[in-house]
Amino acid sequence: MIRNEHMKVAGQREIARNIYELVLEGELADEIKEPGKFVHVRAGETLDPLLRRPISIADYGNGRITLIYRAEGYGTRVISEKGLHGQADVLGPLGNGFPVEAAAPGTKALLVGGGIGVPPLYGLSRRLKEAGVEPVHVLGFQSEDVVFYEEEFIRLGETHIATVDGSRGAKGFVTDVMASLGHEFSVYYSCGPLPMLKAVAEGMAGTEGYLSFEERMGCGIGACFACVCRTDSNDRGYVKVCSDGPVFKAGVVTL
Amino acid sequence: MNRLQVELPGLTLKNPIMPASGCFGFGKEYAQLYDLSKLGAIMVKATTLEPRFGNPTPRVAETPAGMLNAIGLQNPGLEKVVTEELPWLEQYDVPIIANVAGSETEDYVAVAERISKAPNVRALELNISCPNVRCGGITFGTDPKIAGELTRAVKAVSSVPVYVKLSPNVTDVTEIARAVEAGGADGLTLINTLVGMRFDPRTGRPVIANGTGGLSGPAVKPVALRMVYEVSRSVSIPVIGMGGISDVDDVINFMSAGASAVAVGTANFVDHFVCPNLIDALPDRMDELGIRNITELIGRSHR
Ligand SMILES: Cc1cc2nc3c(=O)[nH]c(=O)nc-3n(C[C@H](O)[C@H](O)[C@H](O)COP(=O)(O)OP(=O)(O)OC[C@H]3O[C@@H](n4cnc5c(N)ncnc54)[C@H](O)[C@@H]3O)c2cc1C
Ligand SMILES: Cc1cc2nc3c(=O)[nH]c(=O)nc-3n(C[C@H](O)[C@H](O)[C@H](O)COP(=O)(O)O)c2cc1C
Ligand code: FES
Repeated sequence: MIRNEHMKVAGQREIARNIYELVLEGELADEIKEPGKFVHVRAGETLDPLLRRPISIADYGNGRITLIYRAEGYGTRVISEKGLHGQADVLGPLGNGFPVEAAAPGTKALLVGGGIGVPPLYGLSRRLKEAGVEPVHVLGFQSEDVVFYEEEFIRLGETHIATVDGSRGAKGFVTDVMASLGHEFSVYYSCGPLPMLKAVAEGMAGTEGYLSFEERMGCGIGACFACVCRTDSNDRGYVKVCSDGPVFKAGVVTL
Repeated sequence: MNRLQVELPGLTLKNPIMPASGCFGFGKEYAQLYDLSKLGAIMVKATTLEPRFGNPTPRVAETPAGMLNAIGLQNPGLEKVVTEELPWLEQYDVPIIANVAGSETEDYVAVAERISKAPNVRALELNISCPNVRCGGITFGTDPKIAGELTRAVKAVSSVPVYVKLSPNVTDVTEIARAVEAGGADGLTLINTLVGMRFDPRTGRPVIANGTGGLSGPAVKPVALRMVYEVSRSVSIPVIGMGGISDVDDVINFMSAGASAVAVGTANFVDHFVCPNLIDALPDRMDELGIRNITELIGRSHR
């Protein structure tokens, strides 16, 4: 069930430059059944900024959810100051997440994230591990100062970091690292900027994969048609990122 | 006696609150959140003769206390709306106002004729903020003659009362209002969005893929109130007011300006429960203001 709840801020900290980890407490947390769903967060209490911000649920459990977001624009900067007010107006859980069951126990799954696409992969990796799947992570960032959750991912499985400027891990893109892995994967999951998703899907062609997309949103629940992407997979010719996604099987959204 | 009840051509409204077209789809999504029977009415998404995919993304951009949209009237087309979307809504005790759009008069007429026969459609709302392909793309709603003729053509085939939705992107909105009244309109709805733009300083290009978009939300409220005030004084048909409504005093103010009922658009994205919340808040606010029946508010600024 979708709830609109004023969730209690249990903690917020800056975990990398302008990257915040926000932990919220409330009943909404118990509604989450799979990783990769998102919440629509009100930035502030006034009519400016007006629109909610879509943020992935990075992790969930025990009546809490964790969001990891980059405070960059107007609204996310307001949210980064939320800790002071003690509560956050959250609508969710929204959308369809990553299918954990797509990976058979005993097999390896590849998780590829870029920048603020990394957070939902954390919750996914935890659930995969619980299900007996071995997660392998390839995480791309701009530079060392915005790398986050490296330790957390390492605890769950093999983890490779790539930075564009080479200041941490391999220099280059996630696809450069993927090319050198040499494992057999039953399935791959990816979240990040569109060019990255495209390159990952091309590199993994032939393997079952799931991609999480980003699009500007209005309502966040499927009513306003702000967030559509083209598809050849249904007779409507489109999917809505907010309510049909944000996770789609590779090949569904025309890249 | 229900003190929130309002009677309008074709419509008996339990209360004067309804979601505005394009901000509520065909109701399914918000039905996950609350009982749609609570609403005064529902203005469903624009329906065109053929399915439309709409514009490229980004289709929306935030602006100070508002937003721009260029959805491009994406909708599943008349056939699907009549055979799937509207029948689904029949489970709720709520009148539907069908928003009708097109590129030429014949499109509007064809959609209006068929959609007005759906059992739960109690009124049409003609979206005349569309470019007219026959007249070099000029918007139906910016030319009094074209707007009046379109109204007349639709009235001739519609089985239910016809409300015309006025565009604010005109020099004198009362001139268009009078023209569609003369064309036989049973009521007016206003305002549609104001054409606007937002630029990205890094690229120097518009943020919305379409270039321009329609401005809505609290930012447009003063303009909307002024237009509701002017229009309601210059015609004798009822007005449904909208544009930036988000709290109960906005409802009171639009009705005082001359609206008989109001529609809520963008605010549904900010507070997904805004419509039921407004309905619940009205009686207490009316008590505070010494108003017994909501109809006492209608056009009280003119008296
Ligand atoms: C399903 C989904 C999950 C996401 N998960 C995360 C996450 O876990 N962590 C994270 O940091 N970011 C995430 N994002 C991106 C995040 O929504 C944007 O970074 C954020 O909305 C930008 O808001 P702002 O206030 O910083 O910028 P502003 O420039 O003030 O934003 C203006 C408007 O544009 C929209 N917008 C701007 N950039 C984006 C974008 N990249 N995607 C969608 N809308 C955008 C905003 O929502 C707002 O409506 C996600 C996006 C989607 C669609
Ligand atoms: C995303 C979006 C889609 C809209 N689609 C339609 C539409 O299909 N037909 C129409 O007549 N008006 C449409 N509108 C205009 C609204 O119905 C309303 O007139 C306008 O937004 C002003 O009200 P508001 O400030 O409460 O949103 C749309 C508005 C928005 C924000
Ligand atoms: S954001 Fe409104 S339909 Fe997806």
